[in-house]
Amino acid sequence: MIKVENLRKVFGAKVAVDNVSFTVKKGEVLGFLGPNGAGKSTTMRMVTGFFAPTAGSVSIGGVDMLENPEQAKKSIGYLPENAPLYSDMSVSSFLGFCAELRGLHGAARSKAIDHAIDLCFLQNVRNQSVDTLSKGYRHRTCLAQSLIHDPDILILDEPTDGLDPNQKHEVRALIKRMGEKKAIVFSTHILEEVEAACTRAIIIDRGKIVADGTPDELKRRAPGADSVRVIIRGSGARAEIEKLGCVEKIEATASDDSSLIGRALPTKKSTGAEVAREIGALAALRQWKVEELHHVEGKLDEYFRSITRSDVAA
Amino acid sequence: MKNVFTIFKREFFGYFNSPVAYVILVIFVLAAQGFTFFFGNFLDQGDASLARPFFMWHPWLYIVLAPAVGMKLWSEEYRLGTLELLMTMPIAPWQSILGKYLAAAVVWAIALLLTFPIVWTVFYLGNPDLGPILSAYVASYCYALSCLAVTCAVSAFTRSQVICFIISVAICLLLTLFGMQPIIEAIIKALPSSMEGVVRFIAYLCFLTHYYEMTKGLLVLRDLLYFSSIIAVCLMITAWALQSKRS
Ligand SMILES: Nc1ncnc2c1ncn2[C@@H]1O[C@H](COP(=O)(O)OP(=O)(O)OP(=O)(O)O)[C@@H](O)[C@H]1O
Ligand SMILES: [Mg+2]
Repeated sequence: MIKVENLRKVFGAKVAVDNVSFTVKKGEVLGFLGPNGAGKSTTMRMVTGFFAPTAGSVSIGGVDMLENPEQAKKSIGYLPENAPLYSDMSVSSFLGFCAELRGLHGAARSKAIDHAIDLCFLQNVRNQSVDTLSKGYRHRTCLAQSLIHDPDILILDEPTDGLDPNQKHEVRALIKRMGEKKAIVFSTHILEEVEAACTRAIIIDRGKIVADGTPDELKRRAPGADSVRVIIRGSGARAEIEKLGCVEKIEATASDDSSLIGRALPTKKSTGAEVAREIGALAALRQWKVEELHHVEGKLDEYFRSITRSDVAA
Repeated sequence: MKNVFTIFKREFFGYFNSPVAYVILVIFVLAAQGFTFFFGNFLDQGDASLARPFFMWHPWLYIVLAPAVGMKLWSEEYRLGTLELLMTMPIAPWQSILGKYLAAAVVWAIALLLTFPIVWTVFYLGNPDLGPILSAYVASYCYALSCLAVTCAVSAFTRSQVICFIISVAICLLLTLFGMQPIIEAIIKALPSSMEGVVRFIAYLCFLTHYYEMTKGLLVLRDLLYFSSIIAVCLMITAWALQSKRS
């Protein structure tokens, strides 16, 4: 539904987005990750037709954004970064305004407003003026705006920014639920969110895509992922574990004849889980004292840190 | 057209949700009447003509008050970030521009309607022709709309309402001053005579020249056309400025 090809955006001498391509199909939730200033918002602004790309193309449900912007924008719901709102309106009149621009009038308009207010839990502030709302409510009002016409495509720039833990949970669940019938792209700095809601994730750094895969695939690429941490007291432990067929090698931080502290890495054919099982069985057989035996699955944020260093290095 | 109306509605009620519109309306109405009685020698004039004493002050009021009404048109959208919402809605940019401009234009229509007591006074005092008064009202409204269009264009270049206000006032002031006969004569005298044509042409492009023609009681099509093209050009500059901010 969303097809982005070789997108590029240059601000003066600065390349903000460089040759970014991806597609999102119906039923997919794509997480957009990257350090500050990586170009996430800029990419989203080009996808939604706010910025004109320097080069490349954006196609929304088969409609080209540059050739036919009004048609393409119809099927998109967009939550911009920082949730902009007209401060001189009430929540419901703001939503009504957005509904009208989306072509909803009369009864359809009131129904859409009610539905969006329910989805984003805005009942309490329905008639409150926007400029007196708290940050989280402002964010939810703007989120409600993006859902008001029940779009096929959702582009959400940091949808959980500023929300309390309960609301974060609700919004994640909402994204996940809606993702079954829509194509969703959302950006976030909270990596658990990606695991909780995304079917796929893209990591972008200095304007370029540096990783693209399911959250599980990316997790497994973290340094030291899928290894087994061990602290075992027992004579000859290290030598015997090293001989196991499923163990590639052992990285010991401290070891002598009677104990082993470190981690065991599986061979290519094996897995960390198997290594943990084998070591456990062997330890039981030899009656070693096991202080720790832990299968490290790998964390998304470790992988993220290992491939995005731009904000630190610069 | 529906979209233009939606934008118009929001912008128009926005004016009346804040004190800005009320303050400006009150100042305009009071100032327009005050100047007429105190500086226009309205009562001493003998004939109850409205054209000079009442309408001669309008351009000067518009120079300051039209930018005050129009300065938030786009600056505010930049500052709040709502331009991003507006420009990702399935509407054409010209619909937003037109809707917003019309809202400010209607505020000025209301301001002029509120000056009707003075018309009533004139009819009470004497028996003037209605024609010249109507024609002068049209001229006055054209002036307001032109100053507003200039402000609209300027506000599309800056996120600061203050900067927009100052620059708009300066532009409107220039376009008014260069249409004043004494100033034109002074400039012509100061420059070599070969430049006279150029100065006259520039003067011809200024608001005030056309305004005087119209307040004389002649609704000249040429002058109406002039004001319409000023407005059209300013709105096109607005569209171009908005476009260039996005690319
Ligand atoms: N209008 C603009 N003019 C000039 N440079 C810009 C503009 N918008 C963005 N940039 C630059 O483009 C780069 C990418 O910015 P972008 O907002 O896309 O980052 P981001 O990935 O969304 O970061 P964050 O996580 O902080 O939201 C930054 O270096 C930024 O300074
Ligand atoms: Mg961003």
